[in-house]
Amino acid sequence: MKEISIHFTVNGKKVSLNVPSRKRLLDVLREDLGLTGTKEGCDVGECGACTVVMNGRAVHSCLVLAAQADGAEILTVEGLAQNGELYPLQKNFLEYGAVQCGFCIPGMLMSSYALIQENPHPGEEEIKEAIAGNLCRCTGYKQIIQAVEATVKR
Amino acid sequence: MKNFTYLQPKDLKEATTVLQKFPQESLPYAGGTDLLGLMKDGVLEPQRLVNLKTLTGLQGISYRPGKELELGALTTISEIAENQSLAEKFPLLTQAARQVASPQLRNVGTLGGNLCQRPRCWYFRGDFPCLRKGGDICYAVDGENKFHCVIGGRPCYIVHPSDMAVALLAYNATVEIQSPQKSRRVNLKDFFVLPQDDYLHENILRPGEIVTRIRVPESAPGTKALFLKVKEREVWDFATVSLAMVLVTSGKQITAARVALGGVAPVPWLEETVSRSLPGFTLGKDAPEALAGQVLKAAEPLEQNAYKVILARNLFKQALEELAKS
Repeated sequence: MKEISIHFTVNGKKVSLNVPSRKRLLDVLREDLGLTGTKEGCDVGECGACTVVMNGRAVHSCLVLAAQADGAEILTVEGLAQNGELYPLQKNFLEYGAVQCGFCIPGMLMSSYALIQENPHPGEEEIKEAIAGNLCRCTGYKQIIQAVEATVKR
Repeated sequence: MKNFTYLQPKDLKEATTVLQKFPQESLPYAGGTDLLGLMKDGVLEPQRLVNLKTLTGLQGISYRPGKELELGALTTISEIAENQSLAEKFPLLTQAARQVASPQLRNVGTLGGNLCQRPRCWYFRGDFPCLRKGGDICYAVDGENKFHCVIGGRPCYIVHPSDMAVALLAYNATVEIQSPQKSRRVNLKDFFVLPQDDYLHENILRPGEIVTRIRVPESAPGTKALFLKVKEREVWDFATVSLAMVLVTSGKQITAARVALGGVAPVPWLEETVSRSLPGFTLGKDAPEALAGQVLKAAEPLEQNAYKVILARNLFKQALEELAKS
């Protein structure tokens, strides 16, 4: 069987799919579910653009097979805003100018989100550690860290 | 990446049986962070992936005072990095785990996979028919060899990429291996193989065998330990050189020692002579200068990597100095 059947939860909705075994979580999110907020960057786990939260943990969706997500709870950047209102982290990314080209931002948001769920009051070093696996080539990281700091202070 | 069949064995027996029956075509799959990269690069093209992750009994950390520490092979690197009793009793594992890759990779990558990961050599990963892939030559010898090994290389000059292996080697860990027929237990030192013995494999695993458990003996009273890792990119990277040092002390007197190095050899490298020479020295006195020159004494660096010998010796001195203060 070169096709697998997966059942999982994406942004709170139950999803069941049959996909080729070789499909990664990233492929399923973008191609099968149309959730193109999650980006594909390096394809080898170095840039973090594809980061999503799986069972409460930040993971590279380019290095997780769709099969591995069977039974999991997945949160993508599309799942952050509630009832049309941006999640506080997102608002602060805007407020602090943490976004330039924007390509890294979904990954940065999801890594930061995973941190805050586990540790509601992280310090600067913990924030840096949480986004260590996410590359940004525009902002120099400073504004991103400030945006996360602002979120956890409120 | 070519398609494959994804198998979900119901137990360890079924998993190892499939792996043994189709030795070239099937591969065990746990976190997948290394294997998927190898498959995308076309280095490996398995027809079957055997998912281990849902097997029971291979997860978790178990420690009771007076007993060995047991780490299931499917324990993630994050679980090790965050475990409080490890931080207290086996700090080398915590220190090493926290320096493995990035949070995303630690959340998925497993300890068993970390020990069994394939080399990062760019000729091995790239489009070169190198020795380790069944070709005729090691391209690193006359090529770009800044990150290759300085000892134990002949005839293939990879370095072993695992940080956890270096820490576990310094702790004198053992590995439990399971096949469909039996289980066996080996010292971690004997788990890895040098290219002179087998340049196609990094460890002794035979078809159908998987790592199931890693055990670490309890540390003697007065044990001090430190893991140091130098990376070209500080935020996260594979080690250019790493060092794990375990000293048993009585007051400031060193009574036993194990020093292991990463990033210098095709296997996690136990510095046997230096480990034997340290007992008798007093922490905070003479040992760093007296013994540093013995570290990697038999090294034969390639054109671009002699810096690793200096780095290893400096890490050795740094570790002794820091442990003297602790």
